[in-house]
Order: sequence, then C-alpha cells, then structure tokens
Amino acid sequence: MATLQTRATARIMMSPAVILLFLWMIVPLVMTLYFSFLRYNLLMPGTEEYVGFLNYQYFLTDPAFFTALGNTLLLVGGTLLITVIGGILLAIVLDQPFWGQGIVRLLVIAPFFVMPTVSALVWKNMLMHPVNGLFAWIARSFGFQPVDWFAQVPLFSIILIVAWQWLPFATLILLTALQSLDGEQIEAAEMDGAGPISRFIYLVLPHLARAITVVILIQTIFLLSVFAEILVTTNGGPGLQTTNIAYLIYSQALLQFDVGGASAGGIVAVILANIVAFFLIRLIGKNLER
Amino acid sequence: MARSVTTQRKLIFTIIGWSIGFLIFFPILWTFLTSFKTEGTAVATPPQFLFFDWTLENYHEVQSRSDYGKHVMNSIVISVGSTLLGLVLAIPAAWAMAFSPTKHTKDILMWMLSTKMMPSVGVLVPLYLIFRDWGLLDSRLGLVAVLTMINLPIIVWMLYTYFKEIPGEILEAARMDGASLMKEIIYVLTPMAIPGIASTMLLNIILAWNEAFWTLNLTAANAAPLTAFIASYSSPEGLFWAKLSAASTMAIAPILIMGWFSQKQLVRGLTFGAVK
Repeated sequence: MATLQTRATARIMMSPAVILLFLWMIVPLVMTLYFSFLRYNLLMPGTEEYVGFLNYQYFLTDPAFFTALGNTLLLVGGTLLITVIGGILLAIVLDQPFWGQGIVRLLVIAPFFVMPTVSALVWKNMLMHPVNGLFAWIARSFGFQPVDWFAQVPLFSIILIVAWQWLPFATLILLTALQSLDGEQIEAAEMDGAGPISRFIYLVLPHLARAITVVILIQTIFLLSVFAEILVTTNGGPGLQTTNIAYLIYSQALLQFDVGGASAGGIVAVILANIVAFFLIRLIGKNLER
Repeated sequence: MARSVTTQRKLIFTIIGWSIGFLIFFPILWTFLTSFKTEGTAVATPPQFLFFDWTLENYHEVQSRSDYGKHVMNSIVISVGSTLLGLVLAIPAAWAMAFSPTKHTKDILMWMLSTKMMPSVGVLVPLYLIFRDWGLLDSRLGLVAVLTMINLPIIVWMLYTYFKEIPGEILEAARMDGASLMKEIIYVLTPMAIPGIASTMLLNIILAWNEAFWTLNLTAANAAPLTAFIASYSSPEGLFWAKLSAASTMAIAPILIMGWFSQKQLVRGLTFGAVK
C-alpha cells in the first residue's frame, strides 16, 4: 500500500516538469511543421494557403541553403578540430604538477563564462581590427602585412572566436577524464620502457576516447546553432560567406517574414540536429545503466 | 639527482602552463585594461599595455546611459528568475526519479535530454508568433518562461545525479521511525541535498545569463538583458572600444567569478553525468 502511495506521489511530483516540457517541445514543433506546408508571409496577411512540399523544395534547392550547410559544417568541423586537439594538449599540460596550477586552470576556463556577444565584439574590434587591432600591430611589428580578418577570412575568424569560447569546455572535460587515469598503469608502462609518445597513443588516448566522444557530440549540438557571434560581427556576410543554417532561417523568418520558408528550414535543422542527438543519447543512456 | 630532475620538469611546465593560460585569458585581460583607457588611448598604435592614464570615465559614462541599470536588472531577473522557477519544477521531479524510480524513469530522463537537442531555430517562428499574439515580446516574463524551459532538462539531470548519491538507507531509517513523506523531505533529505541544489543553481544562472539566442530574438528595448545591450555596440557608430570594454567588463565580471566557483560542477552539469 505504501509503495503504491509513494508511486502515486512520485508521479504527481514529476508531472509538472514532464507536462510543461512536453508542451514546450511538441506545440512549437507541430506549429513549425504545420507552417512549413503553408504559403505564409507576415507581410501579406490573409494569403495563407496549403502548398504541400513547395517550401521544402524552395529551401532545399536554394543555393543559399547549400552555402549555409557548407558553412555550418566548416564552422562545426573547424571548431571541433581546434578545440579537441587543443583541449587534449591543454589537459595534458594542466595534468602535470607545476607552480600555480590552480590559477592557470582558472585562466584557461575563463572564456567559457564570457557571453557570446562580448567575446565576438571584443575579438572583432579590439583584436582583429585590420588597422588598430592588436593582431594587426603584432603582424606589423614583425614586418608582415596585417590580415583584414573579417574581409579576407570571415568564416575562419568566426571559427577562431567560437573555438576560443569552447576550448575551456573541451579542456575541462578531457582534464577530468585524464585525472581518472590510473597512475600506476602509466608508471608500469614507463618501467617497461614505453616513451612518452607510445604511452600517449596506447594508454592516454584510448582512456580519453569516451570523453572525446562526449566533447564532440555535445559541442556539435551547440555549434550547429551558433548565432549571436554571427549576428554581431558579420550579419552573415560578406555575401553569404558566414551564413550558417541557424542564421539563414533567422533571416528568412525575422528579416524577410517568410514564415512558411523559415519553418521548412527549421524542420531541416531539427532533422540535422537529431542525427547527432541520436548518437549522444545512446552514449549517455549506456552510461546510465552502469 | 632525481629530485633536481623533477624540479626542472616542474619549472618547464610552470613556464608552459602560465604562457598558455596567459594567452587564453588575454582577450579578457585586454578588455579589462582597455576599459580604463580613454577612447584615444584605446585605439593607439602601438597599443598601451599598462602605462597609460587610468580613468574610470568609461564606467561612469556607461552607467549614466539611463538604460544601463535596466539591462542589468533584466539580466538578473531573467537569469535568477528562470533558474528559481526551473528549480521549483525540477526538484520534485528529480527527487521522485532518484528515490522512487520506476522502469520508465530512465526513458523519461533520456527524453528530457532529447528536448535539449532541439535547435532553437527550429521553433523560432512559432514561438515568435505566440509571443507576438500573447503580448510577450520584449517582456521579462516571456524570457523567464523560455529560459526556464530551455534549462529545465539540465536542471533535472544535474539534480538527479546529485540526489542519486544520497544513500537510500537514510531514507529507510527515517521511514522506519515513522517519518511522513513531507517530514522525510524537509528534515532528512533537504539538508543533504542543499550542496547539489546550490551548484545546480549556480551553473544555471551562468547559462541563463549568457544565453544569446532567445534574448536577442525576443527582446527589443524593454526586456533586453546585457547580452542584447552589448550587441547594440556592434553598430558602426557605437564602436567606442573603451566604453565597449567597460560595459563588457561589468557584464562578464560577476558571472566569471561565479563560474570560477562552480568549475567543479561544470563538467557534471554539461555532460549530463557522462563524464564525472
């Protein structure tokens, strides 16, 4: 009797969170799906009509979509490359005993707490400005022509900014994983004459494999929807050079007021994110069983 | 002999570690330094690092922009409000899942996590229209609601992993002694759960403070928090580096300090317990 009662209480305790989250997920998604089959522009109210898959056809055959998809992949891939490799190296350094380790750790994780709009504007103006920026000054001091970051390599500039924001996350997670590595195992390998490189390849890297996977999957989910950094630095330009899927949908919805088209794009974005999410959920689910 | 080798090794890693730490932290340090410069010194070539006339004028000017206080208030109300609301919803749920698990508990947890995977742009259009029709655009209430829902899965998950660590025997002992469910929660579990709840709260305030998709898209002048206020410096006429730096320093300093305190919980919170 008591367990039945507890079970009922448990259900009541869970229901507000579950019901709200369910509504939060399903209502907008169904609306997006519904809008995606309509011709619906906020500037032309009253002209809504069912158009079947026309919005999808337009969205998926629009050259802007392929540019944006390419940019999204480059942005996610480039950032992952920098943060994972940089994160492994940093985690290894931070794992060594040295003076002031704790303070250095705080310095390294700091960028993660900086709001995206601040980091984007500080990097764009104070560091990457082609005339007065610090990078330009450094380049000139060494006799190089300063790079006009946002004109010459706009997407790479954004990748650098985003990578700076996410490097702490990768480092911190890989460091946590590294610290759980058995020290005796390393020592045994050392005694057997394994050099630092083979120790890294055969011991450290396999141990980190899981943490690396987690970093890649979680970051991918966040990086697929990078938005603020693009909005405050380039507005997707020059041309479409820094427009990713998230920004493309935003501009279709809130700048061109094309609700139908933006909704079709939104559904495409949901599907893309779900492919990544599928693997992440399975990975975490496995962990929950242990 | 061996002793000197380790000291040497330690010295080398001290140099490497501090150099890397300095490089990564540099943009923040540079922002901090620039915030004390005049606009002229801020753009000077060669850059002035420490030996310039330090001034507080920028802080003064940013704060005297009549709406600055409002943006700070908005940030506080939105981040703290959404976190508290999230906790109110999540504590009972995580509690039930941790202490009376059923065979569906795991599925519910995984499903909650999956809602977090939904890209915000996927629901931007309907949410924008709902907000417009309900008069929630540019209102704190609307943003609190959205950020609560966005962070709810993380809150539930973090609390769940903390509650899981509370030994079940204590509960049983209390039950044997005839404690009712309410008493059990108030006198036995709450004191043990408070550290976990506190770290969850801290991390979620940080996440909500820095959230920059919904805050940029659903606010204009009234409810705009600091993320949106700083974004207003992106317009070409607003490019005053010293003032941008002062505003940025004020916007990130409190959260940076909170972040440093929560660094241990960060990994757990952001990996949903997959890495501990």
